[in-house]
Amino acid sequence: MEKAAKILKKPITSTLIAVVCGFLIAGVIIALMGYSPMEALGLLIKGVFSRPKYIFKVIEKSTPLILTGVSVAFAFRTGLFNIGAEGQYIVGSVAATVVGIKLSFPPIIQIPVVIFAGILAGAIFGVIVGFLKARFGIHEVITGIMLNWVALYLCNFVVNSHEFNKPSNSKTYSINQSGYTTILYNWKSSKAGIEFLRNNKWLSDILLKTDVNVGFLVAILVAVLVWFMLNKTTIGFGVRAVGLNPFAAEFAGIGVKRHITTTMAISGSICGLAAALTITGTSPHGLYLLTMFENVGFNGLFVALIAGSSPISCIFSGLFFGGLIYGGNSIQSGLGVPSEIINITIGTILFFVALTKVVPEIANRLAKRRENNA
Amino acid sequence: MKKLLSIFLIILITSSLSACSWNDPQATSDDGVFKVTMVPDLGGINDQSFNQSAWEGLQKFKSEQQNVEVSYMESKQSSDFALNLDRLSDGNYDLIWGIGFSMSDAVYDTAKINLDKNYAIVDYSYGNETPNNVTGVMFRSQESAFMVGYVAAKTTKTNKIGFVGGMKNSIIYQFEYGFKAGVLYAAKEMGKGIEVVSQYAESFTDAAKGKAIASKMYSDDCDVVFHAAGGVGYGVIEAAKDKNKFAIGVDRDQSSIAPDNVLTSALKNVGQAVDLVSKRIMNGESLGGTTQTFGLKEGCVGIPVKNKNMDPQIYNETIRLSQSIVDGNIKINNKEITIPYDYPSYLEYISTFS
Repeated sequence: MEKAAKILKKPITSTLIAVVCGFLIAGVIIALMGYSPMEALGLLIKGVFSRPKYIFKVIEKSTPLILTGVSVAFAFRTGLFNIGAEGQYIVGSVAATVVGIKLSFPPIIQIPVVIFAGILAGAIFGVIVGFLKARFGIHEVITGIMLNWVALYLCNFVVNSHEFNKPSNSKTYSINQSGYTTILYNWKSSKAGIEFLRNNKWLSDILLKTDVNVGFLVAILVAVLVWFMLNKTTIGFGVRAVGLNPFAAEFAGIGVKRHITTTMAISGSICGLAAALTITGTSPHGLYLLTMFENVGFNGLFVALIAGSSPISCIFSGLFFGGLIYGGNSIQSGLGVPSEIINITIGTILFFVALTKVVPEIANRLAKRRENNA
Repeated sequence: MKKLLSIFLIILITSSLSACSWNDPQATSDDGVFKVTMVPDLGGINDQSFNQSAWEGLQKFKSEQQNVEVSYMESKQSSDFALNLDRLSDGNYDLIWGIGFSMSDAVYDTAKINLDKNYAIVDYSYGNETPNNVTGVMFRSQESAFMVGYVAAKTTKTNKIGFVGGMKNSIIYQFEYGFKAGVLYAAKEMGKGIEVVSQYAESFTDAAKGKAIASKMYSDDCDVVFHAAGGVGYGVIEAAKDKNKFAIGVDRDQSSIAPDNVLTSALKNVGQAVDLVSKRIMNGESLGGTTQTFGLKEGCVGIPVKNKNMDPQIYNETIRLSQSIVDGNIKINNKEITIPYDYPSYLEYISTFS
């Protein structure tokens, strides 16, 4: 009994239980709609793992989610709810696109410049939120949501502007090719490259049909760096102290206001980085007109939630979430399930993850009952 | 943490082992079933507009032919277009549709690396660069816009007409200039001067903005307003209802939204074209590398048969006019004209009057 309680108390256990419960309920919903849940699960797994290409696409899709997840998790450690991640992501992509189209340097300069532009834009949006919170005590959720809309309309303004709009299209031009971080882009889009790859089943699947890029490695690196910063540096100590108890932190001589602004700057810049890596790494290498939010930032909230605000766990929860989104589409085409059902499934799983706090509670009860019995 | 990592690695390894045995499907499946699929634009297949029309077209195709299967894959965001087209290319589909010009790049890129698959795209023409496995489908929407322009000019009492566009692009220009040309044609025929006010909403979804723009137009003395603005148009029709004036719908017969205030609609029957092209490709015609245009002649644009708010005499005149458009002998000052579809061709059209 004691062992069971101990296992239940581990955060990973409760997350896994939540995911399993989520899948079970989602299965019931799918069954109620008159489709076979086992078939749907099979399609989901097949849609993620049945070809090397799919695995790479999931990684590609997960990269920005991991980073926005890390960003949100980091802010959460200071007790800030960075719902503005969506807006920081959008301005990051706007800045990266504008700079990437306007400037044309060799790759060795172009790539860092474009990525830095994205980071800077995200950081500025983060600082605005952080400064308003620190100086005037305006809640970061309010300013974050407002700035999300500012970012959305800024993006649409750029897409519609004469300067950047690709004629008879609802998107911008692509950034200059020297800014692409797609691996072997020049070769694989050449005729000879396509011919060569077509004859090689494995390579064509991995290289030709995907936008394999360095983004995933950067995402892992950033997650590790953020973990290191949080746990092994003075700034990280301050951040955690402010998050745990701002009054105690202030009493101990830690500048709460300064930390709030710094945290939001870092959080925003990670979102900007996620956006810049997406623009440089994956097609269409430009902006689309946004009729609604693309949810990369909002999904970052869920990724951080599943990961329990641990940067390293964000890598796994980001992959899980990316796989769910990417694989979910194959359920739709395979079974003809409406896309709303897929969204309900994802929503159900998240709902249960949000309920994970219940599991340690149950563990406590179990432990108590044992004590009472004794 | 270590445990988590090892679990993850085990899953990855076992699954990539099972992944060794995938196969690229045959170009044309020899199972005797013609499989067609489509990726709709962001509105999804229940958008009351062209995506829905396209899906209805595929369903009609299925119901009229034997051994046909149809399906669709919706996208949550614009960056999903390429992912979805790629995924569908892995299936054994004989024809893959992209609905709407926002998909132009995604279809082009996918077609380039999947040479053994057939694709078709609605509302976009790659011109001379059309890949050999892609069929472009365009509409001569200016023809139906011309007809409703003619109707509007014949109906107006204030001699002032409004046009509300969604966003500025070549597809909406077809509507705007075709409409203006139709108004001008009728005005000359009646020897009157009729003004057309036009404004863009910079959106395809913001119905409130459409209502604001149209209300302003109606208060400024317009008594008929035509919209080519997707979801914005609901606001336009709403404003017509409030002010008890006329609105003209687009894409589908929109009279059901406000039966007493929708004068007529400029139909653009995407489904009909999707049906026609799918049929032709199924019957072995090779349309790859070409752009097909559809208009009045093919029955893909026009106006509804029932228009309860329209004077029957005007309807008859309009149908007569449409017949001469189909026959290609529509004349001004004894000169044959083409109906304008953008600004330069509109200027040319105006010059024929002088």
